[in-house]
Amino acid sequence: MVMVLNMDVKGLVEQLLKGDRKSAARLITLVENQPEKAHEVASLLLPHLGRAHVVGVTGIPGSGKSTLIDKLIKELRGRGKTVGVISIDVTSPFTGGALLGDRIRMQERSIDEGVFIRSMATRGSLGGVASATKDAVKILDAFGKDIILVETVGAGQIEVDIMKIADTVILVTQPGLGDDIQAIKAGIMEIGDIFVVNKADLSGVERAMGQLEAMLNLGRWAGEWKPAVIRTISQTGEGVPELLDIIFKHMDFLKNSGLLQERRRRRGEAELMDVIRERLTQSIVGGFRGKPEFETLVDKVARGKTDPYSAADLMLKSYLEKKKS
Amino acid sequence: MARALRDAGMEVVYTGIRQTPDQIVEAAIQEDVDVIGLSILSGAHMHLIPRIMELLREKRADVLVICGGITPKEDVSHLKEIGVREVFGPGARTDDIIKFIKNNVRAKGSS
Amino acid sequence: MSNKRKLEELKREKRRWEDKVVKKALERFPERKKDFKTTSNIDIERLHTPADLSIVDYLKDLGFPGMYPYTRGVYPTMYRGRPWTIRQYAGFATAEETNRRFKYLLEQGQTGLSIAFDLPTQIGYDSDHPMAGGEVGKVGVSVNSLEDIEILFDDIPLDKVSTSMTINSTAAMLLAMYAAVGEKQGVAPDKLAGTIQNDLLKEYVARGTHIFPPEPSMRLAIDIIEYCSKNMPRFHPISISGYHIREAGSNAVQELAFTLANGIAYVDAAMKRGLDVDEFAPRLSFFFAAHNDLFEEVAKFRAARRLWARIMRERFEAKKPASWQLRFHVQTGGSTLTAQQPDNNVVRATIQALAAVLGGTQSLHTCSKDEAWALPSEDAVRISVRTQQILAHESGVTETIDPSAGSYYVESLTNRLEEEAMKYIERIDALGGAMKAIERGYIQREIQESAYLYQREVESKQRTIVGVNQFTTEEEVPIKLLRVKPEVERLQKEGLKKLKERRGRGNVDAALKSLRKAAEGDENLMPSILEAVKAYATIGEMCGVLRDVFGEYKAPTVI
Repeated sequence: MVMVLNMDVKGLVEQLLKGDRKSAARLITLVENQPEKAHEVASLLLPHLGRAHVVGVTGIPGSGKSTLIDKLIKELRGRGKTVGVISIDVTSPFTGGALLGDRIRMQERSIDEGVFIRSMATRGSLGGVASATKDAVKILDAFGKDIILVETVGAGQIEVDIMKIADTVILVTQPGLGDDIQAIKAGIMEIGDIFVVNKADLSGVERAMGQLEAMLNLGRWAGEWKPAVIRTISQTGEGVPELLDIIFKHMDFLKNSGLLQERRRRRGEAELMDVIRERLTQSIVGGFRGKPEFETLVDKVARGKTDPYSAADLMLKSYLEKKKS
Repeated sequence: MARALRDAGMEVVYTGIRQTPDQIVEAAIQEDVDVIGLSILSGAHMHLIPRIMELLREKRADVLVICGGITPKEDVSHLKEIGVREVFGPGARTDDIIKFIKNNVRAKGSS
Repeated sequence: MSNKRKLEELKREKRRWEDKVVKKALERFPERKKDFKTTSNIDIERLHTPADLSIVDYLKDLGFPGMYPYTRGVYPTMYRGRPWTIRQYAGFATAEETNRRFKYLLEQGQTGLSIAFDLPTQIGYDSDHPMAGGEVGKVGVSVNSLEDIEILFDDIPLDKVSTSMTINSTAAMLLAMYAAVGEKQGVAPDKLAGTIQNDLLKEYVARGTHIFPPEPSMRLAIDIIEYCSKNMPRFHPISISGYHIREAGSNAVQELAFTLANGIAYVDAAMKRGLDVDEFAPRLSFFFAAHNDLFEEVAKFRAARRLWARIMRERFEAKKPASWQLRFHVQTGGSTLTAQQPDNNVVRATIQALAAVLGGTQSLHTCSKDEAWALPSEDAVRISVRTQQILAHESGVTETIDPSAGSYYVESLTNRLEEEAMKYIERIDALGGAMKAIERGYIQREIQESAYLYQREVESKQRTIVGVNQFTTEEEVPIKLLRVKPEVERLQKEGLKKLKERRGRGNVDAALKSLRKAAEGDENLMPSILEAVKAYATIGEMCGVLRDVFGEYKAPTVI
């Protein structure tokens, strides 16, 4: 075992490739806390990527996602696969802190050498995925995990963005939501590959499955993968082996149909856009905050002396001029 | 306690009850935490905490360990000897615990 | 003058008093706070008057002791007939040591036994299981098999004492062991008196010693209720508990509401099993906390009796008066004890015990002054017993029944608590009952909100805790603490090994096999558990079978 305390990025990556868990953990912390190092990490990892099958799991809170993932891990391990898990929870916008509780459901797996579980907070990143998440996925890919499960809460725009990095996207819901199931339609319905009705021991499961199937027929399909709708009971593990079978089937389908490339392209675009967006935001907006000219403009907009569009034009013009000189 | 820490701006990985020393240490390593906070009400601390400290040493994990709950005064010095940085007794204020953590943890890198 | 006119005159005069007399006093100095509230956030008026009682119909709302709705007490003579049972929760280390402590307590005048078990026993692990490491004998007595219970009750006649056992997931096994010891002593099961806690619902939300998922847990709980109603009629097969919910941080209203909601769930389940409500309801019992707000606590106990009576008679249509009676045990609040200046805790326990007595409890445990540090020492527990004895014999509060009735404040608080609790019960009903509410995390969230609020109040000094955030001292008061010796674990492990060598495998294996079969089917599990217990199967072995058949459960954690 090695002391990773003050190791540099190169050293950490070396240890990571040798299978050292502490280095994996430290690298993830690094890309979270020191985004300036993320670039170095990304380029060092480049030759070692692409092996892992990334599976995104999303759904409303309370649908039993974490318990389902726990059972999935068990099943995967039973089939000899190594697993990485990234569970994302929301950072409080008021305090900057976060309660990361997904691990509770999976704690038994912690001591399995073949499983690596990491919780991450969204840390208020604009536009979606903490970009650190994408880098964390790469780290676990290079670490050698066969399957990487990425869990997010909710089914809104943020989650859709996160799911763009996945090869297979699973949406978890439960019976009895009634009209709430309509709320799931945007975004996720379009990119979901497998739809799971969990807590299938509750009443209303047939109805929920029927609703999903009806909604799915309205979507457009890229290629011939017809999204699967299945039922599970995460408490007992019922339906989980079948779910895993479908996940593997999907991966095979992607590989054989050439759609994997398209998925990876989708991921690449999302990653690139994220970094560009973050850099631009950092450099433009970062430069404004606190500056007197910005604050003056804000006051003007607030008091109705000018409109936000004109104000923005002004700021951008001044930014571009500064850039020229 | 977890809520108070979150409200103080920290990311708190909550593991739930009935954790074994192995599970705790593994979680700490994978999550690359700065602090492990242990709450023990049953009096089993003299058995469980040394085991946790031992595991942390074995795995060369650099984590600050604090504990709270029901700990007789005589045990506090022993716990500190084996590496527990502070023991918070009943009636400790969450604010004091938060202050202690902020003063004693070197944040990993900066952002 | 008619009552209505008198009431109006009263209201007028009160207003006059406020406008003239009080206003003058307030100009000299204001009141200590802007808002005065109970721990449940109920507003406290400056002054209560007969106007507060105008809505109280004595015969309908208060009635007489021993008669519906039992607001003033479940028995006609209450403490004038017999004082409450002094029942101190005890247990630690080995059965031998606990047996010694029991005899000490009985000598000191305790009138009923209450057993504390260690965590491995409560969670279904033998002392040699890896999960048991460090926990054997720590928070209670370690019991692996019938052998330990035999030692525990050595020389203690089961026909003369009643025993309460704080045990939930493994309640069936401990009950079976108790019955088996009774049999050995020549005491028939229908003569055995006591209580078994057997309350799974509160384990999921507040206490944490659950093992199995809700459905099989409920089945086991009802098996016990059914078995006792037929074979052990003097035994309370369940103690529906609010104590732990309160200790986890809820306020008094929530303690009352969630306890009764759980009670409703158990009654529903038992009736679904086919039991007639009057068959089992008379033996249901309850367990509450007593905290420091004296009058709120008294009102809580009275409201509990009235509310439960109404629920049993109106909602469940029970016919027997005994089914409408809420009988309860109280423990003074452990979480109110401070580690700083431990002697203060004697005073706290006294106030809380007084609340329980004024509230008409059937049995009482008073916590000892050193319990913020450790299990109580002999000296400390003696004071706790004396506290109850002084209340019973010197304070005079036992000389009449329900002395606080008619107090304008107490009656209005009783009404408020009942109202607020009903609101919660209705909300839980709307969610589909206590079990569904627990799955949704509703009850857990409510408890946590209260707990967090309380802690913030203490830290901001809005709420004073003497010796902790005010009136502190620098000096340390040394106290002799009880320590459970680490050898206990070794002794228990050895005892287990010897037991297994002695008993042979034949009977045990057969019994475990029957237990498995019974668990897979739907017959009452008590008979097969009894058989296994008599064959000296260990708790770990029996629970191993049940874990296999029922599965293990992780209660939804809400943070």
